[in-house]
Amino acid sequence: MKYVDEYRDPALAQRISAEIGKLSAGRPLKMMEVCGGHTHTIYKHGIEDVLPPNIDLIHGPGCPVCVLPMGRVDDAIAIARTEGVIFTTFGDMMRVPGSNGSLLDAKAAGADVRFVYSPLDALKLARQNPSREVVFFAIGFETTAPSTAITLLRAQAEGIRNFSVFCNHVTIIPALKAILDSPDLRLDGFVGPGHVSMVIGMRPYTFITRDHHKPIVIAGFEPLDIIQSVYMIVQQISEGRAEVENQYARVVRPEGNVKALEAMARTMELRPYFEWRGLGFITHSALKLRREYALWDAELRFEVPGIRVADPKACQCGEVLKGVIKPWECKVFGTACTPETPIGTCMVSSEGACAAYYNYGRFSMAAERAHLPTINLQPATQAQH
Amino acid sequence: MCLGIPGQIIEIVDDINHIAKVEVSGVRRNVNIGVVRDEGIAPGDWVLIHVGFAMSKLDEHEAAETLKLLYGMDAAYTDELNMLYGSEIE
Repeated sequence: MKYVDEYRDPALAQRISAEIGKLSAGRPLKMMEVCGGHTHTIYKHGIEDVLPPNIDLIHGPGCPVCVLPMGRVDDAIAIARTEGVIFTTFGDMMRVPGSNGSLLDAKAAGADVRFVYSPLDALKLARQNPSREVVFFAIGFETTAPSTAITLLRAQAEGIRNFSVFCNHVTIIPALKAILDSPDLRLDGFVGPGHVSMVIGMRPYTFITRDHHKPIVIAGFEPLDIIQSVYMIVQQISEGRAEVENQYARVVRPEGNVKALEAMARTMELRPYFEWRGLGFITHSALKLRREYALWDAELRFEVPGIRVADPKACQCGEVLKGVIKPWECKVFGTACTPETPIGTCMVSSEGACAAYYNYGRFSMAAERAHLPTINLQPATQAQH
Repeated sequence: MCLGIPGQIIEIVDDINHIAKVEVSGVRRNVNIGVVRDEGIAPGDWVLIHVGFAMSKLDEHEAAETLKLLYGMDAAYTDELNMLYGSEIE
């Protein structure tokens, strides 16, 4: 199969889907994607309805906003409220609820919280405001961790001392290990994250094939990329193979991006453990700044409560993130919890399974098959953030 | 955050700090190209930009298709484009 010219052809999608049906012969197969961008594409383009009904796509913990536990949001707000601080964040963290309001609420109450597009924009704010402390709220998997790392290297090179990073970068591999070790869920394969793999390459995934005998196919973001990746997984299963394959070779190199990995290794190291919403504490699953960069570490420069906070009882983001339940099976989905008034993180970020499903998936055949209770909502096309 | 935005290199503006001017849908902004420079970056090349950093080279066809995909996305992704337009990286 050609990768470059055919993947955007809709008729081809139907053909590949028919092939998937033939190869899997009705056998129920569960595949997990662990990238919020994939989750978004799957719901936006109704991929679950294109695939044969025996293929079940499970949405894993691939949205960095979603997996951040409530206690860390509280820590961020505590820093933001500190006198003299300009607290900078990506837009999608603004509305994530902490135990006592969001960053947006803190801003309304007088904290100087600002959106930035890039950590380099935060660094520029520090240059422009030498009498203020500029803190960057760093979140994301390996796709964005290198940008924080390179920004730190530049802050160090320029001797900018009023800039610091509240580091919440997480790493995908330990989360995949935790999911594979969990008794809750039996998976048959993985749709691998495209842009995380662009940084880390293919080798880190070999434990999935070697120790767990499951296939993983790194996928691009077009609807046809995902359908083709599912086909490649089913092909591996039908041939009794378990390998790391790369459907997104037009962007992902087998070795990843060595320069990006070097920048991360110079500035950051693994935390002994880190809490993930829904998955609990996972060993070596997040990054913190190395001791050499303590000057730029917001966790050392500011008082943070560091208190673990349980999720609201009604919220089942944990089960959604583990793929144990579908978004619509959560008790508060679409009623108490909507993108306008989110209770859980999965409804806040557009990459979260609940928000993606709320905006696009509610009227899908997959939902009908699952007997989704009727809820009185606006048309999907008008639902916005 | 994980989709990325394609941009075309216009010129290198800061050789030491690896900053290049890129054009995204007619708007010119600075981004860091440090991790893709080894692949050879010249004006006219396309790159995939994540939070102000070019993380991968793209061919022109791929860049055009990715932009099309982005424009078809909901507010969250057009927001990201708007955030890029508001960026003032030096």
